[in-house]
Amino acid sequence: MIPAKFDYIKAATVGEAINLLEEHGFDAKIVSGGHSLIPAMKLRLATPEMLIDIRGIEGMNTITEEGNEIVIGANCTHHELTVNALVNNHVNVLSQAAKCIGDIQVRNRGTLGGSLAHADPASDYPATVLACEATIVAQGKNGSRTITAIDFFQGLFTTALEEGEIITAVRFPKVANGTYQKFFQSASRFAVVGVAAVKDGDRVKVGVTGVAGVPYRATAVENAYDGSSACAAHAVEGVDDVMSDHFADEEYRSHLAKVYVKRALEAL
Amino acid sequence: METFIGKPIKRREDARFLKGAGRYTDDIKLPKMTHSAFVRSPYAHANVRSIDTTEANKADGVVAIYTGSDSCGTFGVPCGWQVDFKNGETMREPLHPLLAKDKIKHVGEAVAIVIAETLEQARDAAELVQVDYESLPAVTDPRKAMEPGAPLVHEEWPDNASFDWCIGNDRAEVEAALDSAHYVTEMEFRNQRLAPNAIEPRSYIADYDVNSGKWTLYTSTQNPHLIRLLLCAFVLGIPEHKVRVVSYDVGGGFGSKIYHYTEEALLTWASKEIGRPIKWTSDRTEAFLTDAHGRDHVVKSKMGFDKEGKIVAHLTDEFCAMGAYLSTFAPAVPTYLHGTLFQGVYTTPLIHLNVTAPFTHTVAVDAYRGAGRPEATYLLERMISKAAKEMDIDPADLRFKNFIPPFDGVNEPGYQTQVALQYDSGNYHGVLKRGLEMLGYEDFRKEQAVARASGKLLGVGISTYIEGCGIAPSAVVGSLGARAGLYEVGAVRVQPTGKVSVFTGSHSHGQGHETVFAQFVADKLGIPMDDVEIEHGDTDQVAFGMGTYGSRSLSVGGSAIIKSVEKILEKGAKIAAHKLEAAEEDLEYAEGKWTVKGTDKSVSFGDVSLTAYVPHDYPEGLEPGLDFSSFYDPTNFTYPFGTHIAVVEVDSDTGKVTLKRFVACDDVGNVMNPMIVDGQIQGGVVQGVGQALLEEVIYDESGQMLSGSYMDYAMPRADDIPMIETDRTVTPCPHNPLGVKGAGEAGAIGATPAVVNAVVDALAHLGVTDIQMPLTPQRVWKAMQN
Ligand SMILES: Cc1cc2nc3c(=O)[nH]c(=O)nc-3n(C[C@H](O)[C@H](O)[C@H](O)COP(=O)(O)OP(=O)(O)OC[C@H]3O[C@@H](n4cnc5c(N)ncnc54)[C@H](O)[C@@H]3O)c2cc1C
Repeated sequence: MIPAKFDYIKAATVGEAINLLEEHGFDAKIVSGGHSLIPAMKLRLATPEMLIDIRGIEGMNTITEEGNEIVIGANCTHHELTVNALVNNHVNVLSQAAKCIGDIQVRNRGTLGGSLAHADPASDYPATVLACEATIVAQGKNGSRTITAIDFFQGLFTTALEEGEIITAVRFPKVANGTYQKFFQSASRFAVVGVAAVKDGDRVKVGVTGVAGVPYRATAVENAYDGSSACAAHAVEGVDDVMSDHFADEEYRSHLAKVYVKRALEAL
Repeated sequence: METFIGKPIKRREDARFLKGAGRYTDDIKLPKMTHSAFVRSPYAHANVRSIDTTEANKADGVVAIYTGSDSCGTFGVPCGWQVDFKNGETMREPLHPLLAKDKIKHVGEAVAIVIAETLEQARDAAELVQVDYESLPAVTDPRKAMEPGAPLVHEEWPDNASFDWCIGNDRAEVEAALDSAHYVTEMEFRNQRLAPNAIEPRSYIADYDVNSGKWTLYTSTQNPHLIRLLLCAFVLGIPEHKVRVVSYDVGGGFGSKIYHYTEEALLTWASKEIGRPIKWTSDRTEAFLTDAHGRDHVVKSKMGFDKEGKIVAHLTDEFCAMGAYLSTFAPAVPTYLHGTLFQGVYTTPLIHLNVTAPFTHTVAVDAYRGAGRPEATYLLERMISKAAKEMDIDPADLRFKNFIPPFDGVNEPGYQTQVALQYDSGNYHGVLKRGLEMLGYEDFRKEQAVARASGKLLGVGISTYIEGCGIAPSAVVGSLGARAGLYEVGAVRVQPTGKVSVFTGSHSHGQGHETVFAQFVADKLGIPMDDVEIEHGDTDQVAFGMGTYGSRSLSVGGSAIIKSVEKILEKGAKIAAHKLEAAEEDLEYAEGKWTVKGTDKSVSFGDVSLTAYVPHDYPEGLEPGLDFSSFYDPTNFTYPFGTHIAVVEVDSDTGKVTLKRFVACDDVGNVMNPMIVDGQIQGGVVQGVGQALLEEVIYDESGQMLSGSYMDYAMPRADDIPMIETDRTVTPCPHNPLGVKGAGEAGAIGATPAVVNAVVDALAHLGVTDIQMPLTPQRVWKAMQN
């Protein structure tokens, strides 16, 4: 549990962080909460030579209301998302998901941006980001762009972020009501299955994490939704990469996905 | 006068633990100390073609690198218990080298040690050591290890057996009784492999002093003297009087720190080579890969009953994994610590257990909290509950029908079992009756029926266990293959001012000896607890010791101290008689003073102590001083017992089990400190629940461990456990001076079958009769689907 040698630098602005990333190339990594990166470094699964700390960057840890959206700085911690009034009032599904993450230490350090950039297939936020149709704001040397949730998650630990891009914020459209339901893996307490559901008029939008290599929108469920939870039977329809491990094989995980979609729909 | 025995006195040692002021091995920093890292095999079975340390040797800060080609470890680490084959063939005991040279036998086996100025440098350089492996097929399942054609762990023998063994009645007789039994229940299952997971990882510092020619080994061990003996006499051949082994505070062991490990010996050897101290502390992954594991029995069992539900015979065959090498006590665990408990608390007239103990390409299996007795209890208590269900008898009633009647071991003799042991004293009816009362068993059954009608899956599970602690006497265990005695040493040194230092060969690594031992010494001497200090964990201070495991500290270690206290009082009486000008037989000792019976003439313990060291006015011919050491070798094991009852609810959608209530009524003999006993029971119960519901070491077919971190190995957490309701009955042990039996392992022994019985009970109406441990939601859900 001793990382390889590395240097550390604290960036004051997004621009500086981007320049540093460019300067150090592959040897450098952004660190925010450090709660995915540092464990990997301690196991020497990651051996960056330079860590660029973005936690001190002004403006990256604010939560504001902009019209119909709640804009959340990438550096906001999981804990902030559980207590913030704007989040609780307008994106309650996000604060529910944040509450399910790790323990108090993890929630005090880990960040929204870090979790999304890391894209662990068992992490909690992706379901919420998908169900809310949030957009990820990324900044690189060519400026800022937004990426839709559906485009963002591309594979196991893989996202649409380009080399040298930093997530600065996530824009969540306000939702009237949402819920996050999670089946905890008994050792790590990450999600075996995590389901976010939000109400959108008569319709629902459902995001599922933990089940497949890439978190997904359960569109088959959404299409079949008739106000009842019967459509939960479609939870893994069209998903061809259901994950399997000693806690949940494909059959059981698929079953859990249906149970948790049902629970989410019933909790709405 | 304040007395202390039986009171819930807060633990003295906790003040330093809670303030972070404990003295753990990794806290120690010696001048000129170096650090080390091991290069470990990623393969379970492989030929080592070559090891290239050239680059690593050039790395910053490297002091030395050693591999199996260096002169370390010629003798290897020995096993401390010999169990020969049934046909008389000697136990197969492979050389366990300090560093593997040509052949790798489990993942995590060390091939090189890198010693450097800092830990970071040692780790960095270790990554530069190039090892060329040729990977070979492996076998990790003990039953498969015995199949023809299985990959051999040690090529010098024709198959993977280390030994086989049996105990009990004649097999043919048992089989015949089963054939003619009214009802026979059967089970096949695996008592899964567990990782002990002490919170403090193993940690060692070896310090060879060039000037004195002496070694000091700081080690996180449960028995410093045994480590010194093995190190000196067997592994390194160095003089015992020049070696000091120190083990101050140790953060839990659960068995895993009893054993002598290769790293301990290698550091001791290498420290002399480089003439500097060397530290090594395991990290969590290394702990999963290299600490001795527990359990791993593959079991096939039959139990026969007559029409009334009385057990008539019990036959079991087991494959019990040894791992790649024989750990210190490994052969004793599935044999003398296991088969000897097959009587349980029942009058079963015919019992036979047959054990085959294969090598596997895994880390060693050895004693882990309960060691053999949890496996015996699990089997018996699952079989009884399963039979009860099948025979449509209430599981509590079936137990009552079969219990050995109460006996106190004084007026009624001890109970002679079919499997060698004689129980000391017991009242099994008592603990089950009380357990059922605590739960409100009859009411629960009604509640369960109502719940079931509304689709809720509630279940209750009972287990009534017995276990054997403080295994002894030495001559008997010696005849059973132990290569050590199983006595204990306790010395009491009264200082001139009447303050008392106690030196014990027992070792505290969470048990609270510093408190409990002081409680009874203070009481027996009639002095304040603050006047008594308990010293342990340093071979230079304590004459000898066999350490702490098998719940032996109080019954064996405590008894040794009592013997010395008695010698102190005996000698003190002579001095007191002289001072009081009275005959010794006219004196009585109470409340810290000797009084001439029927008078107010007395002399205090303090005065007598001072006189012993300033012997001016002193009995003729009596030696000065007040300092005694004693060895205590018990006449028998002690046999705690109890009833544990679990109530669970199963989520019908997911199979997830929630433990709703846990009731434990234990009988550990006399109780010195009820708070500490409760703590021991509760901690044990949590570990037992961990086995039932969560924990499992998984090796895949190639010998890779799939559960080598807390991301994959599920430990019980506070929110998995309800308030544990505890109570006790008291049946004193008749053969030791404090009348104590032992409480360290009871929880882990009783809890596991109670929980599994409860889950099976909750699902019984769905036709579920058994589920493989751990009862993960997935396994429970799948059982419900069939
Ligand atoms: C004990 C424990 C339990 C946990 N349990 C859960 C759980 O139940 N559910 C769950 O979802 N997660 C869990 N986590 C993970 C946790 O949520 C992490 O905090 C999160 O995954 C990463 O966020 P971070 O800020 O710590 O990122 P870091 O570890 O600092 O970085 C992670 C990765 O993202 C990159 N990165 C960080 N910030 C940005 C950014 N703004 N833009 C671009 N790239 C960036 C880094 O370069 C790195 O590659 C757990 C972690 C621990 C240690």
